[in-house]
Amino acid sequence: MVSTSENKNYKVIGTRPIRHDGYDKVTGRAQYGADIKLPGMLIGAVLRSPYAHAKIKSIDTSEAEKMDGVFAVMTSKDLPRLGDVVRGNSEESGSEKHLSENVMAFDKVLYKGHVVAGVAAKDQNTAFEAVKKIKVDYEVLKPVINVDQAMAKDAPILHEDYTGDHLGKKVKNSNVAAHARHEVGDIDDGFKKSDLVVEKEVDMQTVHQGYIEPHSGTAVWDEEDRVKVWTSTQGSFSVRDSVSKVLDLDVSRVKVTPMEIGGGFGGKIPIYLEPIAAVLSKKTRRPVKAMMSRTDVFDATGPGPGGKVKVKIGIDSEGKILAAYADIRLEAGAYPEAFIEAAAKCVFSCYDVPSMKIDAYDVLVNKPSSAPYRAPASPQVAFATETVVDEICEIKGYDPIDFRLMNVAEKGTRTALGPKYRTIGLKECLEAAKNSNHWKSTLDSNPSPGKKRGRGIASGYWFNIGFKSSVNLSLNPDGKVALTEGSTDIGGSRASIAMQAAEVLGIAAEDVRPSVVDTDSIGITDVTGGSRTTYATGYAAYNAAHKLIEEIIEKAAIKWDISEDQIEYSDGIVKSKTDSELKMTLKEIADDPPGGPIVSSASVDLEEAGGGFAVHIADLEIDEETGKTDVINYTAIQDVGKAIHPSYVEGQMQGGAAQGIGWALNEEYFMNEDGVMLNSSYLDYRMPIALDLPMIDTIMVEVPSEEHPYGVRGVGEPPIVPPVPAIGNAINDALGLRLLSTPMKPSRITEALKRKK
Amino acid sequence: MAENKVKKVAVNTKINGEEMDILVDPYVSLLETLREVVGITGTKEGCNDGNCGACTVNLDGRIVDSCLVLGVEVEGKNIETVEGMATPDGLHPLQQAFLEEAALQCGICTPGFLVSAKALLDNEPDPSEERIRHWLAGNLCRCTGYDKIVKAVSKASKESK
Repeated sequence: MVSTSENKNYKVIGTRPIRHDGYDKVTGRAQYGADIKLPGMLIGAVLRSPYAHAKIKSIDTSEAEKMDGVFAVMTSKDLPRLGDVVRGNSEESGSEKHLSENVMAFDKVLYKGHVVAGVAAKDQNTAFEAVKKIKVDYEVLKPVINVDQAMAKDAPILHEDYTGDHLGKKVKNSNVAAHARHEVGDIDDGFKKSDLVVEKEVDMQTVHQGYIEPHSGTAVWDEEDRVKVWTSTQGSFSVRDSVSKVLDLDVSRVKVTPMEIGGGFGGKIPIYLEPIAAVLSKKTRRPVKAMMSRTDVFDATGPGPGGKVKVKIGIDSEGKILAAYADIRLEAGAYPEAFIEAAAKCVFSCYDVPSMKIDAYDVLVNKPSSAPYRAPASPQVAFATETVVDEICEIKGYDPIDFRLMNVAEKGTRTALGPKYRTIGLKECLEAAKNSNHWKSTLDSNPSPGKKRGRGIASGYWFNIGFKSSVNLSLNPDGKVALTEGSTDIGGSRASIAMQAAEVLGIAAEDVRPSVVDTDSIGITDVTGGSRTTYATGYAAYNAAHKLIEEIIEKAAIKWDISEDQIEYSDGIVKSKTDSELKMTLKEIADDPPGGPIVSSASVDLEEAGGGFAVHIADLEIDEETGKTDVINYTAIQDVGKAIHPSYVEGQMQGGAAQGIGWALNEEYFMNEDGVMLNSSYLDYRMPIALDLPMIDTIMVEVPSEEHPYGVRGVGEPPIVPPVPAIGNAINDALGLRLLSTPMKPSRITEALKRKK
Repeated sequence: MAENKVKKVAVNTKINGEEMDILVDPYVSLLETLREVVGITGTKEGCNDGNCGACTVNLDGRIVDSCLVLGVEVEGKNIETVEGMATPDGLHPLQQAFLEEAALQCGICTPGFLVSAKALLDNEPDPSEERIRHWLAGNLCRCTGYDKIVKAVSKASKESK
């Protein structure tokens, strides 16, 4: 670990306690989305469109309704038709109308797998049989499945009623939902003065987050028109918000209880089955649970946007970047939002660029509506930028780390969207990379006949969101603390949040017991996403712990009948500053405190957490005959601000790297021209398995964030950004080939080698 | 519908050492049988087509994807699931090692990994990293990159010696 902060002598932070929810998760006791069973529960199933683009002419549900064991059938006629009101909600945006249409199609299906009807039956088998009996008459339309098709003149239009925003101009009948531009300085002048200009366009295929737990939704709609929902989600409050909108209910009528969540990576922010289960419950007055198959998950959820990104960078004769231009076209899927603002923020984020211009297009295509995927849009743009930078270094003979250091973004560097960086740690990461054993080691470029090795390096950025979080604390009579929070725990956040409260209170991590509770039991808390949870909910826990100490001191003052300013608290002991007789442990003060139990709560609404940077080094061995690529060494370096629980920070770095390696080498939505995904199973959508990967070495660099009392930065997202370009650059090092499309799979490598010969 | 009326089959089987008689629809998988009929939900569904390993159970000493086995096929067999790993005296060394090494993030794949890894260590007390990776190739994890899982299995193998 590399640390720039002075040693603060933390007692809890930086240690590696066993996570509080760990025992339930290694014994099979933990209850995930599909594990819930309620008395009298029915099973829901949905009918999905076989077509990627079609008008719904009619739906006949009569045969399904007649079946034994079928209790209710629904279509979009059972949902309120919502207006086109813009919603703004953490990582999501869009309209209520689109939110609702994505749950169940009204007039048109926009992707293969789009839901058109739902059934509640006595068991799963009956529900599936009933769904097959629903007849839908479609008028099939031509789909558009990539940005080129969607942006072509005379392209079939997904949303005839939608008004796009093209540089402030309102535009109808276009698949470009938005065209945004960001400009800093004069790029024409910058390129004119440049000694070398390099331009590349990359083509990224659509990918999926690939969480192992499929989506599910369970609901009860009671006689008072209150809806209870149990689901696996990254944000119980965003589910409450979305469900209440789709069902046109006040938010207080919806209560969401988050189950344990089996992975999300951004893909478990949207809602899918929850409102359908709710409507089916309204029709039957029984609990209804609906679950997706793996194919449903691929066909109708996720994906991370594919698209094309062109980047042009000009440098002067000394190697300083003078100008940069990006043209970013990303697939929104069926409804707007391809994270183009994030793309613009990230594309040149690692460099100090005096003049830049970014054109970004949010492009509608007949694929499932894109969901955030770990640093949404940043890997796509980093592939282009980091490939161009590597090519500049290759042409000019610059060391790739020295070139990046020469042009490094640091505190005070102006970013593409205007604000200047506060303290960031990219420079420290690059220096740590330069000093790493990996970078200093030599690689045998030709280890055996037919095998070539190469090394690549790339950097990446995610801005880390802030937003709202709430935490409650309660001091138990045994002197231990119960902590309730609203952040669903996707990978150890109960521990990282509880540890911050424990640090303030000076007690062991195990003595703060965290619980993730339902939306009626805690203040509003935004999604577990955007790398915000340990930062923002941790900050709320920090504040709540300080308030708890104030409460403890107040109660001690009453008990001892002295003034509060004569009392101090540290490490679980409250005592008088002057009278050594007056001293109580937490257990003693918690036993019958004057004026009632000792509790506290705190909420925050934070700005971004300073931004996180990662630098990755990849060594590959490539078989020239088969094109098979093995990752043989891999090092992930990242500015983590302050690692609260270092094991889970390393885990984020390793997991993000592994997903990025899969994205680089194997993963893609392989679609036919009708817009049907042909590889919608784990067998054919090939995610990395244990045998595909080496140990992923981690170097945590700690440059504390200015925005958090312990210096926490988000750590979850930066590590998925560098792998694609790092691997592309390593392939170029090994074979002298620039592959500009993902995945860089064996067939692409062998074809490119043939062309080269 | 009359043509769908299929009679349930009585099955006598042993799950985590407990002998039981259950009634199973002949088309239902062992995974669904465990979760819906027996009512133990530690065995997870990730894909229902034998490609993720989240539903791995031990069937008479062999690990299988329980989504690819029918409930009616387990007559007279011995099934071990994640629920059978810990004893009243404490966790299995693999479970303890997974906790200490932070070998889980979301935890949905963890039961399958634990059951798979236990079958490995039952037969090979000191597997190499390569052997562990090969053995666990049928279990998908999307969170960890496998690094800490491999280390936890290796640690448990050393500590249970």
